[in-house]
Amino acid sequence: MDYSQFGAMLPELIILGIFLIVFLADTFSPENGKKFLTPMTTVLMLLATVAIWIVPSCGEAVFGGMYVDGPACKAMKCVLNVGAWICMLEAAKWVESDVMYYRKGEFYELILVTLFGMYLMISARHFLLFIIGLESASLPIAALVAYNKDKYESHEAAIKYIITAVFSSAILLTGLSFVYAFSGGSLYFSDIAVQITSGEMSGLLIFALTFVLAGIGFKLSLVPMHLWTADVYQGAPTSVTAYLSVVSKGAAAFAFFIIFVQVFGQVYSAAWEWMLYAVIIATITVGNLFAMRQKNMKRFMAFSSVSQAGYIMLGVMAANQLGMASMMFYILVYVVSNLGAFAVIQMIEDRTGLVSMDDYNGLHKTNPYLAVAMTLAMFSLAGIPPFAGFFSKILIFTSVTSHQNSMALYMLVLIALINTIISLYYYLLVVKAMWISADEPKIGAFKSGKCEKVALTVCVLGIVFLGLVSYVYKYFIDSVGAETLLALN
Amino acid sequence: MFGNILIWFVIIPVLMMAGLGLCRNSSMAAIRTVMVVGSTILLALAIWLCVDFLALRAAGNDAEMLFTGSWMWYAPLNIHLAVGVDGISVLMLMLSAIIVFAGTFASWKINPLPKNFFLWFALLSTGVFGFFISIDMFTMFMFYEVALIPMYLLIGVWGTGRKEYSAMKLTLMLMGGSAFLMLGLLGIYWHSAPEGGELTWNILEIAKNNAVDPSWQNLLFCFTFVGFGVLGAMFPFHTWSPDGHACAPTAVSMLHAGVLMKLGGYGCFRIAIYLLPAAANELAWIFIILTGISVVYGAFSACVQTDLKYINAYSSVSHCGMVLFALLMLNTTAMTGAILQMLSHGLMTALFFALIGMIYGRTHTRDIRQMGGLMQIMPYLGVCYMIAGFASLGLPGLSGFVAEMTIFFGAWEDSDLFHRVFVIAATCSIVITAVYILRVVGKLLLGKVQDEHHWQLTDATWFERLSTVTLIACIAGIGFFPNWINETIQHSFLPIVQAIQNAI
Repeated sequence: MDYSQFGAMLPELIILGIFLIVFLADTFSPENGKKFLTPMTTVLMLLATVAIWIVPSCGEAVFGGMYVDGPACKAMKCVLNVGAWICMLEAAKWVESDVMYYRKGEFYELILVTLFGMYLMISARHFLLFIIGLESASLPIAALVAYNKDKYESHEAAIKYIITAVFSSAILLTGLSFVYAFSGGSLYFSDIAVQITSGEMSGLLIFALTFVLAGIGFKLSLVPMHLWTADVYQGAPTSVTAYLSVVSKGAAAFAFFIIFVQVFGQVYSAAWEWMLYAVIIATITVGNLFAMRQKNMKRFMAFSSVSQAGYIMLGVMAANQLGMASMMFYILVYVVSNLGAFAVIQMIEDRTGLVSMDDYNGLHKTNPYLAVAMTLAMFSLAGIPPFAGFFSKILIFTSVTSHQNSMALYMLVLIALINTIISLYYYLLVVKAMWISADEPKIGAFKSGKCEKVALTVCVLGIVFLGLVSYVYKYFIDSVGAETLLALN
Repeated sequence: MFGNILIWFVIIPVLMMAGLGLCRNSSMAAIRTVMVVGSTILLALAIWLCVDFLALRAAGNDAEMLFTGSWMWYAPLNIHLAVGVDGISVLMLMLSAIIVFAGTFASWKINPLPKNFFLWFALLSTGVFGFFISIDMFTMFMFYEVALIPMYLLIGVWGTGRKEYSAMKLTLMLMGGSAFLMLGLLGIYWHSAPEGGELTWNILEIAKNNAVDPSWQNLLFCFTFVGFGVLGAMFPFHTWSPDGHACAPTAVSMLHAGVLMKLGGYGCFRIAIYLLPAAANELAWIFIILTGISVVYGAFSACVQTDLKYINAYSSVSHCGMVLFALLMLNTTAMTGAILQMLSHGLMTALFFALIGMIYGRTHTRDIRQMGGLMQIMPYLGVCYMIAGFASLGLPGLSGFVAEMTIFFGAWEDSDLFHRVFVIAATCSIVITAVYILRVVGKLLLGKVQDEHHWQLTDATWFERLSTVTLIACIAGIGFFPNWINETIQHSFLPIVQAIQNAI
């Protein structure tokens, strides 16, 4: 075996390296050395993001074509890395608390392991490797969800999560076994893509694709595979919820795109276009309608993230270079906006234990900066200019309408646009509670920690400048263009 | 980039926001200084632009847009930050600058959170100015939305009455309109060039290419016209307007009725009619019916209202309906009238809302049944109110007369029965306007003083006088020298009417 092939896996090696450092430091450091764990991990994560971004990828397929780390994969990993880094910063205060003190190493280790799994999901070009990535990305999250070990809801959420995770893996594997039958005994993406073109369309293929879509759809909480979302998001510790809602979802969305466009792209209009069409409409609409009635902020964010997943999937619907780049941009913007909102929710829950929307009444009187940050995050999620969410939404709509003579896709965009109005309504409810409500504020003034400040600042800067600076989008377009994306039609 | 005068219309409000960001919420003097300096510079800039523009035109420069500039933004999608103005945009910029200036003084004593109020106010004006200077559909749409969203907080936090309900209704309806608009713009973009050509968002290039497939034009025309029409208070999408205006604070009502509703009319003809001329010819009749209903229905509704702000809001529906109605006549004279009407309505509604705000600030009621004889108590405000009313009902010598005359002359050019019927119906609205205006003037200003406490009230202060005098001077200016405006905008309709003629 040629060990030099491991050199191509640089991003994974970096994450593995950080994992080992954290693990060793956690295990062997003396009692008072543990206080360096948080700064060390967050700084290392920041350096890792920069390193992955700067070091050019080799772009060759290694291990017999099982693994590729092209420019587009690299860009996606950067996006996820940024998300994980912000999540760690937001969690810092909670991790440093007394109950967590002896378990904080594990928290970081589990996050790093899942991140490693997500990297594999993105870079895998063989379904076995993909499944390994998927499993290592989802099972440790169950442990993270159960991290509040003295809280009943946390356990319940973990059980729910693990059952759905395992169940969805089983469904995915069933689908893949049918695909295996189709491809003449190969699980390489490239082989399957070739075989599916030459093979004729059959009910069995549609059956297989339904299973694959459902299997990955669970991770993305697409409707009707979204039922676990609200309970798990509510029960999990807020930092973990934040991680689940952006990083985990983002990775699944990237994998979804790669699998459906690269592997099954040839049967786009024949097999899965209508399936995804219906799922997207259901996801956006149901997510929105349920979010309107939520009073608990974490459940609220859960349904809002269900609906956001529908918008992310529009990139897959476009199924071309623009779609991929717009989806990457959308997820990056979603990372900063959603994590900005979660940072505020986390801080308030951490200080006061309040998570209801009514508790946010009059927040601007006591914590004006938090109120401003939350307002910006809500505007960005709703797609209001000049904040980044506006640009990400428009770019993803533009990519879908690039199939310029397909009236059906125009109608899809229209439905999505009308749904943005519904989403605007409930995002404005939060703004209304914070700024307009005349009630006496329930949340007293408090000071935020250093890490939280950094996290929130990064999010706010991202929300304000990501859209105005077109460089990021251009970078994504270039990186996608550089990688072979199987042409459609 | 910074050498272009138009860019400064966006930069200055942004600088104002930055300046306000540095002020403390308690230091009213600093906040006022920033706002006054900023809005004065904007007004000066608008006047300078106007003079410069006329000088260039006089020197024989007959390009469609002057002061053009274009800077690449999102290269993969060919999105530019493209600016340029013709006579119409120059006047619209002028109008916005005047109203921002007057609005600053009208909200001199805003409370609570003055800093935040002016921050959102400045953001709103950024959107308005940005919209009028853009000739790139993407940036135009972006500025359009920038102008809409501050309304939510401006009404919700500083409004009166059922403000939460109204703010939400207004925001959702306008954003709903912009959802349709967005799809229309995307459709235009993806069909903006002939097969193989480079797609573009630039309005001038799209008009030159004229490549939008006829089978798509009708659909896209409906999307864009309805999208902008919602903001132009087109029936049946006008219901946000009375509630929104009634609950908004004074300066916001002024800016919203005065300028923001003009965004709708401006967008309708700059994008819907100009870029999709074939569909405009074909589908104009549908929207003539709808806007015709707006004109008459708005006027009738105003007759039965008792809240001063509701009366003016419905009167705005009627007058803004008139703008769209005139645009849809698709000839130069009526369109000229539409622009005059935009200016005239912008100024007089702003004046109306400013005066209502001042009266309400003293009497703490807007119900005309509880007031009377205010002319004896505050003669200055009373006279101003009368002038605004006369402008509204089209008294010669004031702006309303010029605008409506031109519109009806133009509208009469189409000689088929359908047009005639609707023009006659719309003309009747002038009479109804006179009914509700005179009713208010009679009840509110003349007659007996209804409430004894009102005798203690004072007349206008210096900043209120400044605000109203500015507006009245402009209204009378248009009324006496309409020719000047005619000359400014004359040239601008040529390409649009040309496009419509070619498409028949």
